[in-house]
Amino acid sequence: MEPILKLTNVSYSYHTPDGETRALSDISFTLIPGEFTAVVGPSGCGKSTLLSLIAGLMKPESGSMYLGGMPLTENSSKIGYMLQHDHLFEWRTVFRNVVLGAEIRGKVTPEIRARAGHLLEQYGLERFARSRPSELSGGMRQRAALSRTLLLDPELLLLDEPFSALDYQTRLTVSDDIGQIIRRSGKTALLVTHDLSEAVSLSDRVIVLSKRPASIVRIVPVEFSLEKDTPLNRRNAPEFKTYFNEIWKELNRDE
Amino acid sequence: MNNISHGQKLFLTRLRRHRLIVRFARVLILVLFLVLWEICADTGIIDSFIFSSPSRIALCFWEMVSDRSIFLHIGVTLYETIVSFLLVTLFSILIAVLLWYSRKLSEILEPYLVVLNSLPKSALAPLLIVWLGATPTTIIVAGMSVAIFGSIMNLYTSFTTVDREKIKLIYTLHGTRRHALFKVVLPSSVPAVISNMKVNIGLCLVGVVIGEFLAARNGLGYLIIYSSQVFKMDWLIMSIVLLCIMAMALYAVIGAVEKLYEKRF
Repeated sequence: MEPILKLTNVSYSYHTPDGETRALSDISFTLIPGEFTAVVGPSGCGKSTLLSLIAGLMKPESGSMYLGGMPLTENSSKIGYMLQHDHLFEWRTVFRNVVLGAEIRGKVTPEIRARAGHLLEQYGLERFARSRPSELSGGMRQRAALSRTLLLDPELLLLDEPFSALDYQTRLTVSDDIGQIIRRSGKTALLVTHDLSEAVSLSDRVIVLSKRPASIVRIVPVEFSLEKDTPLNRRNAPEFKTYFNEIWKELNRDE
Repeated sequence: MNNISHGQKLFLTRLRRHRLIVRFARVLILVLFLVLWEICADTGIIDSFIFSSPSRIALCFWEMVSDRSIFLHIGVTLYETIVSFLLVTLFSILIAVLLWYSRKLSEILEPYLVVLNSLPKSALAPLLIVWLGATPTTIIVAGMSVAIFGSIMNLYTSFTTVDREKIKLIYTLHGTRRHALFKVVLPSSVPAVISNMKVNIGLCLVGVVIGEFLAARNGLGYLIIYSSQVFKMDWLIMSIVLLCIMAMALYAVIGAVEKLYEKRF
């Protein structure tokens, strides 16, 4: 199948008056439509930098990036981004938070409003459309944040440790929940995380990055033979440990 | 909720007593001060010509209310303070936004702002009189000069300390810097703007009174200077008391605005 995202030899460095820090070195990989890929690596290795580059927030110093066969120009509107925190604005109602992206693009049409209402309904938030974000639980906030990202119907979803701010228990249920929502939507997703079990439970492939400057150590395909392939079920499957250990080994190979 | 435990009851009783004592003591200090002042003045322990007395001040106020002259003075000072406060609020927000927009501009202007902010503004007042004449405009500008530089710096700081991730969110939704300003920076800075206004209203009053000392035909500042020159201490102290009340009232108005805003969210 034609890849939706294709990165070739992408490199990036941060510059400060004190010198240069190489963050990414020669990163090449492709994503196939509908695929859920996780990127893991030691903390501070440049995982988030990778997402920022793909989202067009920063430009790579060398290498090329293609989205759907077209060069990835700045702020490609086919990309949706989910940050570490939900960043729902307290001065807006939940509904107005969800339509923020459409508002920025100046297209809050009746169709978009209806779509936003539909998304909220789908995620069990319709009762809270007029509430302030502070009235939502951690999981509901994350669903609202996901609705905000999905409203613009992106083809590629970038997830930057979206569950890391939640406490452990909420995190398990929310990642299960959000993971299934994304699966059902059939969108391509690229998840950055430092949590190996999260990566294994959610994705089809795990890209393992080295320490800074990050390069790809290995790409591990993840496959479960489960009747109901949900993140929580995966955590209880026998293969889970095998994958976990395999990736763990890759991560710590040079130490 | 009907069954309040013994411990809770005891706590509530103590809390109520504590509040009562605080309120009572506050009033008591004022009453004692006024009574002592009055007695000392009446019995000649202090010279009432120099120190005046509560009754003489009250009488003086009543006379000026009767001939309506006090309303002019209060009105002029109040008008000048409010106008300079509104202008300070408007311009400091505009300039802080401009500085936020351009990091270069803000870095270039920073030392100038720091110098202007630490300059004693009373030094500017004579200059303003020469430039603008002894008019209400001068007094309004004097009022603004005290508050505006600090206000710009405070607002700019609060604009730049907005959560960077929230701004990043705007960019991930394909927004521009203008969107970041209107969707994140300004809305999240409303509390900072209000607390900045609380400081400004007091500073504007200071500036207006300084201006009136030097360049006014009426207003409470003028009344203070005039009465000190003709040795009418009743007028002088009454004016100070009125300024106190005015400052409190203006502060309370902004406090009410703040409450209103907090209630909405």
